Amino acid sequence: MEPRDENKEGIGGMVNPRRYGVERVAYLLMRLSGLGLLAYFIGHIYETSSILKGEVGWAEFLELTQTNEGHAVLAIVIGMCVFHTVNGIRVMLGHGGVGVGKPARPDYPYIPASQNSRHKMGIYSAIVLAAIAMLYGLAVMYGE
Amino acid sequence: MAQVSSVAEGKTSKSITLRIARFNPEHDHEKKFMEFNLQYERWTTVLEAILDVKKHFDHSVAVRYSCRQATCGSCGMIINGKPRLACFTKISELDSDVVTVEPMNNFPIIRDLAVRFERLFDTHHKVKPYLIRDDSEITSNEKEFLQSPEELENYIQFANCIKCGLCNSACPTMATDSSFIGPQALAQAYRYVADSRDKGKDSRLKIIDDSHGIWRCHFAGSCSQVCPKGVDPAMGIQFLRGYLLGFRS
Repeated sequence: MEPRDENKEGIGGMVNPRRYGVERVAYLLMRLSGLGLLAYFIGHIYETSSILKGEVGWAEFLELTQTNEGHAVLAIVIGMCVFHTVNGIRVMLGHGGVGVGKPARPDYPYIPASQNSRHKMGIYSAIVLAAIAMLYGLAVMYGE
Repeated sequence: MAQVSSVAEGKTSKSITLRIARFNPEHDHEKKFMEFNLQYERWTTVLEAILDVKKHFDHSVAVRYSCRQATCGSCGMIINGKPRLACFTKISELDSDVVTVEPMNNFPIIRDLAVRFERLFDTHHKVKPYLIRDDSEITSNEKEFLQSPEELENYIQFANCIKCGLCNSACPTMATDSSFIGPQALAQAYRYVADSRDKGKDSRLKIIDDSHGIWRCHFAGSCSQVCPKGVDPAMGIQFLRGYLLGFRS
């Protein structure tokens, strides 16, 4: 029997951040930053393994991070790290039922209590802190 | 294809283009859209517009509906990109000259706008959506299971679910994971776990404590944003997870 088409939205639907507000943007950024940090972690292991080639090999590899492109990548890593941490704390608290509101008889227009201002503030804080950390990181890298 | 009809005729009526997705899985490979120009009033719903098309132009448009008052949960569909009930969505509130209606995502299509609900009902049944106890109200000495108003408030919000499937259609995990139990079933699991008369918490938590169960929810909250009855499945799911993580008892 031919498998039934389940009409799934697929990856395209999963990563579309435009329809469901800032919570869905945070969901997408969390996934992207998680994958980005995983890629950085693998690259970092490869980078540190260059010490086996001695001091010259280590210094040569480290020079890659001293270029404009290297600084940009490191700034993005800093941003991903801060956003993933701050938003991760928000999500973990939510997963424990913290700050998601209290059950109550819903009244029209049915604004969901779990999508409250505290969580929105958490998301905006994560984005702003990530941006500040990136700027600070760039300032340090360029020695200003 | 553009055709003209009128749900309403009068000085206050405006016109829109209604785009209806047509798809028959038995012989179509992709969705096609038929366009109709309609007159509408500010109180005209999307469902009324679709029924007007069926009445005047093309009776073969497949759409499921019944109560027309957001109670039966039959007419869920994607309206201008978001899952909504057609009977509960006024054309005027969409603030667009073009209204596009498509079948709900993450549900197999029967034809056009009608989708299969078997999987939603299966997952709903899976979480045992009924009171579990050894005794019954018939045999109990108290005649009925007493409950305070405060205890009722703990779950009454989640008892509003009409099984329309909009939450499952909006969920980003449902978009990719065919085995995920879904926000509708998880919210209903919480509805009974939070009921002071119920004694089946452990068996329900065992059912949802699965790799395709509650742990696949990442608190995106889209389910709560589209719920037409204010159920807030995201809240129920996080409370339910609190039981499994030991934050609640």
